[in-house]
Amino acid sequence: MNLLAEAFAWIFSPDRLTGSSPLPAAIGLHLYYTFISVLIASLIAVPLGFYIGHTGKGRNAAIAISGAARAVPSFGLILLLVLVMGVTQKPLAATVAFVLLGIPSILAGAYAGLEAIDRRTIDAARAVGMTEWQILLQVEVPLGLPLLIGGIRAGALQIVATVVLAAYVTLGGLGTYIIQGIPLSRYDMILGSAIVIVALALALDGLFALLQRFVVPRGVTAGLTQDIRTTSSRRRAVVGSSLQEGKG
Amino acid sequence: MIEFRGVSKRFPDGTVAVDDFNLVIPSRKTTVLVGSSGSGKTTLLRMINRMVDPTAGVIEIDGDSILDRDPVALRRSIGYVMQNSGLLPHFKVIDNVATVPTLNGVPRRKAREDALELLDTVGLDRSVANRYPNQLSGGQQQRVGVARGLAANPNILLMDEPFGAVDPIVRAELQQETSRLQRDLDKTVVFVTHDIDEAFLLGDQVVILEKGAKIAQIGSPREIMANPANDFVASFIGADKGKRSLTIHKTEHGSILVDSEGRPQGVLTGGPGE
Repeated sequence: MNLLAEAFAWIFSPDRLTGSSPLPAAIGLHLYYTFISVLIASLIAVPLGFYIGHTGKGRNAAIAISGAARAVPSFGLILLLVLVMGVTQKPLAATVAFVLLGIPSILAGAYAGLEAIDRRTIDAARAVGMTEWQILLQVEVPLGLPLLIGGIRAGALQIVATVVLAAYVTLGGLGTYIIQGIPLSRYDMILGSAIVIVALALALDGLFALLQRFVVPRGVTAGLTQDIRTTSSRRRAVVGSSLQEGKG
Repeated sequence: MIEFRGVSKRFPDGTVAVDDFNLVIPSRKTTVLVGSSGSGKTTLLRMINRMVDPTAGVIEIDGDSILDRDPVALRRSIGYVMQNSGLLPHFKVIDNVATVPTLNGVPRRKAREDALELLDTVGLDRSVANRYPNQLSGGQQQRVGVARGLAANPNILLMDEPFGAVDPIVRAELQQETSRLQRDLDKTVVFVTHDIDEAFLLGDQVVILEKGAKIAQIGSPREIMANPANDFVASFIGADKGKRSLTIHKTEHGSILVDSEGRPQGVLTGGPGE
């Protein structure tokens, strides 16, 4: 039997539902870490990104910081935080690491979304008498949403890939099988869990892709065939795709 | 009445867009600010609704300085129509028109009903109400822009090169509509353009601006055409190129007017030529 078949056999074996680390529980835990981290990262990065995008203040700093942050090695960051915060705080330390890794993409999506809006549209909104908050909530957020979702999509992929490393600090998740499999030379187990991780990432990415399409405001898709500008803004909506962000 | 007194605008980079500008814009008339790019005409217009604040001087509406007023409330009380319509792409036409009344707290249903009537006023079919701006032609978008400017029933309507981006035929149509609307609705219209023909067509008072918002001449189209104040004005209105000096040329079917190059410009109906 070849390795791939063995890997699938491992995935679908009834043994995966029992034992000390059943597969559904590992998937659940993996998603739990991902979800919590994306949520916290969004709570921090979205308001900050909107502030930068709306006011134009701190834009250069944000670009520099998010650029630099992308170069931080995930594994090193997790180990560092575990050491700094203490081994008793492992889940917290790991979550902080995931959040930090997710922030740059989400921040970039939030402010890029606002920046991509035609300045004349915002000027017009202000000229007819919208307050700054009304401009943000009624004009900038709806029009910038596709790019923001793109940013969250990239951040979520980054995090779902990085949560694999949580297993190194014994937090569980899908990385556990890889860590256990390597010393045992259980390649079916390693490949099987890797396949599950990939499937999970693809499913998540697909979900966000759908959402991203769904949030493009109707007026922006409406004139699509005849209006050049709307076409370009749709292309931009895919800026933060997984292809650029696939580091883990 | 809108009055500029000693108004200057120096931008942070040091450029002086407007220097010691004085002007009285009469109520219920159309005043056209006309000049080439860099004449500061748009800056002057945007000062009226505080999109730009002057660095010196006072601007008053009916005797009250606008600098004491809350910019947001001021802008809602003044209609604004801009080039490229400036419509919100994600709002339906009807909601674009109803934007300002809705902001002012008019119930949405009522605001939409009023908006439908405004579509009639600006000559748009009600069937466009539920479309999005991108689905309309440039001329239709511009009409929606005018309807939005009128929605809160402002006394003052600011128009910033509103017809600059539409084709000449549609532009002529919109110009006619604008003068009709001004007559019917009795608004104080301040109109900015670089097109002198448009200025003469629409303006009760025409203000010709040189660089730095220096007034080259101010008057009715008739006064300016009859007596250009200086060479700049003469060249700006095309008088020096003979475009506006017409002579009567008698033909067997009646008299026509030709310019200095001999190109026919119109016919003479009545008057001393007959």
